[in-house]
Amino acid sequence: MNANMSYLDGNAAGGELSRIFNVDLTAAEGQCVNCGTKGRFADAHLYVDCPGLVARCATCDHVLLRLVNTGERIFLDVRGMTYLTTRPVQS
Amino acid sequence: MRTTVQVEYRSGLLTVRVGDEIELRGPIGGWFVWRSDQTEPIQLVAGGSGIVPLMAMIRSRLESQSNAQFQLLYSVREPAAAFYKDELEAISKRGDSLLLTYAFTRITPKGWPRPPGRIDAALVSVSVWPTDLAPTCYVCGPTSFVEHVNGLLIAAGMDRGKIRTERFGSTGERK
Repeated sequence: MNANMSYLDGNAAGGELSRIFNVDLTAAEGQCVNCGTKGRFADAHLYVDCPGLVARCATCDHVLLRLVNTGERIFLDVRGMTYLTTRPVQS
Repeated sequence: MRTTVQVEYRSGLLTVRVGDEIELRGPIGGWFVWRSDQTEPIQLVAGGSGIVPLMAMIRSRLESQSNAQFQLLYSVREPAAAFYKDELEAISKRGDSLLLTYAFTRITPKGWPRPPGRIDAALVSVSVWPTDLAPTCYVCGPTSFVEHVNGLLIAAGMDRGKIRTERFGSTGERK
């Protein structure tokens, strides 16, 4: 567990993620590659005082997701999650 | 649309003048929300301006005429620092609408039974739904507050999966 209190919740990544995906990924359930914990992405710890966003597992602190928006391009790294599951958008 | 702005963020908004166009995105995020089809008891815990999203849930409950039992534990520095004071009082006086408990951390009203202090296990034991009612908990406030309350709720036996949190950043913690 990280001792400094500088993080927010995965919820706070909702705005940036909505620039890429048209489903709400904050309510999606994912699994941490490192410790296997399954949980809502909203419950991850989100660090915003860095270039971009970094989401870490609330249980083991492993990096789940990194997202950088340079204005020209958006870079997304989700290799910290085994999977992410959500309901499809109803059309 | 209503907005509630905390002191730290005001400077940015002061440059906006009547007639200016502003662009809004959202609402974004479907996790830290209460929906009227939720019938279980709801426990809200707010620290300072963390009351804002929880107030939206309380209003939404009233508008939907839901019977879900709501309880709010609201931590503020002093009585004058409480947001929505009159509205909360009016709602809590309407029978079973809302159970309301304040925790004053610095200054209490005269004759207040509890000395000033943070929310603690004793207060949680009397101002939070018992775990056997399986409430869903919504906790909102500065990160250190949410961390503290989350720990108390888990220690009281609350199911981790039923606690939803909304932390706000370091600006909320400056002394």
